[in-house]
Amino acid sequence: MEILVCVKRVPDTEENEIEINSDGNDIERDDLVYSVNEWDNYAVEEAIQMVDKAGGSVTVVTVGDEEAEEVLRREMAMGAENGILLDDEAFEGSDGRGIARALKGVIEKGNYDLIMTGAQADAGAAQVGGMLAAMLDLPYASLVNSIEVIDDKKLKVGREIEGGNQEMNEIELPCVLSIQTGINEPRYVGIRGIRKVASVDIPTHSASDLGIGADEIGEGAARLKKVDYFVPESGEGAEMLEGSTEEIAEKMIEILKAKGGLK
Amino acid sequence: MESLIGPSNYFLFGFIPMIIFSFLIPMVGVGCFAYIMAKRVAPLVKAAPDYRLNRIPERIIHIIKIWLLQWRQPRYMTAGVLHIMIFIGFLVLSIRSTELVVVGISNDFVMPGFGGALGSIYNVLKDYAATVVLIACIIAAYRRGVVKPKRYAVPEKYGHDHTGEAIFVLGLIGTLMISESLFEASEVAASQHDVFLPPLSLVWFESLILSGASDGVLQAIHVIAYYIHDLTFFFFLCFLPMGKHFHVITSIFNVFFMRLDKGNTKPVRHDVTDEQLDDLESFGVKKIEDFTWKHLLDFYTCADCGRCSDQCPANTVGRPLSPRFISIKGRDKLFENYPLRGEFKESKPLIGDIYEEDEIWSCTTCGACEEECPLGIEYIDKIVDLRRAMVDEGMVPQSLQKPLGALEKRGNAWGKMEKKRADWAADEEFAETCTVKVLDKKETAETLYFVDSISSYDDRMQDLARATASILAAGGTDFGVLGKKEKDSGNEVRRFGEEMLFQTLKEQNIEAILGSGAKSIITADPHAFNAIKNDYNNDELPPIEHLSQYVAKQIKAGVLTFKPVEDGSKVYTYHDPCYLGRHNSVYDEPRVSMDAIPGLRRVEMDKSRDRSFCCSGGGLMLFYEPEEEERMSVLRVRMAAEAGANVIVTACPFCLVNMEDAIKVAKMEDTMEAIDFSELIARHMNQ
Repeated sequence: MEILVCVKRVPDTEENEIEINSDGNDIERDDLVYSVNEWDNYAVEEAIQMVDKAGGSVTVVTVGDEEAEEVLRREMAMGAENGILLDDEAFEGSDGRGIARALKGVIEKGNYDLIMTGAQADAGAAQVGGMLAAMLDLPYASLVNSIEVIDDKKLKVGREIEGGNQEMNEIELPCVLSIQTGINEPRYVGIRGIRKVASVDIPTHSASDLGIGADEIGEGAARLKKVDYFVPESGEGAEMLEGSTEEIAEKMIEILKAKGGLK
Repeated sequence: MESLIGPSNYFLFGFIPMIIFSFLIPMVGVGCFAYIMAKRVAPLVKAAPDYRLNRIPERIIHIIKIWLLQWRQPRYMTAGVLHIMIFIGFLVLSIRSTELVVVGISNDFVMPGFGGALGSIYNVLKDYAATVVLIACIIAAYRRGVVKPKRYAVPEKYGHDHTGEAIFVLGLIGTLMISESLFEASEVAASQHDVFLPPLSLVWFESLILSGASDGVLQAIHVIAYYIHDLTFFFFLCFLPMGKHFHVITSIFNVFFMRLDKGNTKPVRHDVTDEQLDDLESFGVKKIEDFTWKHLLDFYTCADCGRCSDQCPANTVGRPLSPRFISIKGRDKLFENYPLRGEFKESKPLIGDIYEEDEIWSCTTCGACEEECPLGIEYIDKIVDLRRAMVDEGMVPQSLQKPLGALEKRGNAWGKMEKKRADWAADEEFAETCTVKVLDKKETAETLYFVDSISSYDDRMQDLARATASILAAGGTDFGVLGKKEKDSGNEVRRFGEEMLFQTLKEQNIEAILGSGAKSIITADPHAFNAIKNDYNNDELPPIEHLSQYVAKQIKAGVLTFKPVEDGSKVYTYHDPCYLGRHNSVYDEPRVSMDAIPGLRRVEMDKSRDRSFCCSGGGLMLFYEPEEEERMSVLRVRMAAEAGANVIVTACPFCLVNMEDAIKVAKMEDTMEAIDFSELIARHMNQ
């Protein structure tokens, strides 16, 4: 099975103190450390495990500048065989649709049975997977938390539904899946692993290489414009429950029931 | 009858010359033994290299102290004394046993030099030795068979009970003692002359019993006893390499080759420099032959005494780790893969076969097992090598991946910003009384205070950094910190198997330390102390001291003096951090310093100094989520209460984190508190 996983380099939420910049339209990006988007990392692990069982290879692709190569190498150190970098100034300022368009270009150049994305990335839009499926006219399942290969034409995928329910679906290949965290336990990649793949060639494609017109991508083509960026005012203080442990637990259950968290 | 016919001249049924057997038994015995040993040596030849032929005088001292004088045995008094009785008996009787083998061929043979007075003295000695060994064997068998001390038990997951093997061997030894003495007693009983026998010795008793026996009976006992001894002796020799009694042969070598330094970690491979690490195909121990030959010798040498696991805090709290079975499982794997008959087997990955991931991550590297082992078996380096292999294969628990990632990106496990590393010194109240220089191109200082990550970033542990800085200031020391250039010391990064990340942190720290121009280093964090002292291996680095050493020195010099203890009703106890005590032998300085505070009452816990009980582990161990029934630190605070203390003083920020948590978990907030050594000193010193 040939699997393509789309990954993104994002500021690491664990290791940064995120602050809004002085213009108020983005976060302060000096002093940030980056890593691969967590959801994407689960997707790559899942792809590697599928290939380990069923054969084939995993390719990782990202849209970004030279620095984005670092996340490709990290995923290649995990076990992805190929990496592709889509690097072009024309991609800058793209909205989700522009990114999906760029990815569509590279997918059409290859021959993939399965395309995976993380369920969402740092912006929390969770849009690229769905748009990509629509542009490619492929079946799509989102928030996938289990994958089972039925045969080379079909997968059985589990999806997480609100309230902790689980749904199982059959989906025909080729298809697009967006992967939820917790689907597996991603393996560790150390400095040594990355150094081992440091010299593997990563092909870079520009927009024109992929036959994408300037009007389809970038800031100009974006239909979504960010107009403001701020940290919401914190609301009124939290409610402190008082009493013995049992009493607190009881009140807690009442509140959870009242708010629909428990049935 | 003048005297009995010796085995060399005896004819069975009047026509079978027994001398044939006197030749055959040793020949077959030695032949079998040589064959078995050749098979046992095979994996050692294929194992990874290990340079252990250096520093011979120190190794000879180990042989004398730990092997010959059985230094570590009395740490377990009953078993230790029994072992010393058997061990000394064996040493004494080895001459007699060798002599006896030849006596079967030549009746009048006497060991060269043992003909005269020396021989007479030796005969008394060996008769008592045999008696002592027999008594020790009987008591030991009673202990194994009836008393059954808990540490010998074999948990179900590790297979069947080992009592049978132990009692069988005690039986063999007993047989050797009885047959040797009967051989002599029968001859004495038959003799018409008065022969001196050491009173109350085994042979003395036997000759009394046999004094009325007929010559025929005595002759039969004489010959039968000889061949029982001969057969048992050579059977025992060949049986030794089959199990835990292999230590009878290997112990002298294992002790000779045992580790000489404490606190350090073995290189990835002894034949590869740090610079060449990138070229290595594979890291760590994946299959059994990836261990060094010394580590395989350790497996052979394990006597299954269970002292390591009895002291192991991980085993005590029910984590899935028992150092004893790290050895026993390793040994059994060697026996299985290198069988006495048939082809050697292809090795499989050890993780998932004989060891489990959680088992290997459970170790806090506290070193209690190695401190205890009477045979010099190493565990920490094996655990580290197995972890290196797991890291190389990506088998790292999710709970550790985040802190490792943060260490790689930010140089600390919490993922805090580098530029905030010295923010603890900016605390307003503190900054009014004490200024902490950040050493860079403009600022220099005599002494570098290496803070390390937890004291730099953790809100509570920053108190320790401030206390340390104020002590250094009060001691009149010109000091500064590295600030954002300081990275985590990497003590646990290395011990958790992430060697390349450790190398990176080490290089960055060495560069920063050398760049600071400081002439000496002080730290209050034993993990940093250990890494810089024992793992950085850089001759240019200035000498490093732990805060407790500095304080003890300044007290002695009269620079630091103390006010009377704040609360005279409190009873203090000192908890030895593993990386200060066991790994670096700093036991006295913290105690001496505490005792310098007038009126301070201090008690010792049962488990203290080199038997200190680990707090749950520091560094990355804080992030690991072990399977366990209880927390080590909870047990530890209870031990402090049992000792009658209500204040635990420790000298390590990780110990303090664990102790403070444990006091809450154990609901002992009203009766117990934990503070750091630095805080105790800072509170009481005269400014």
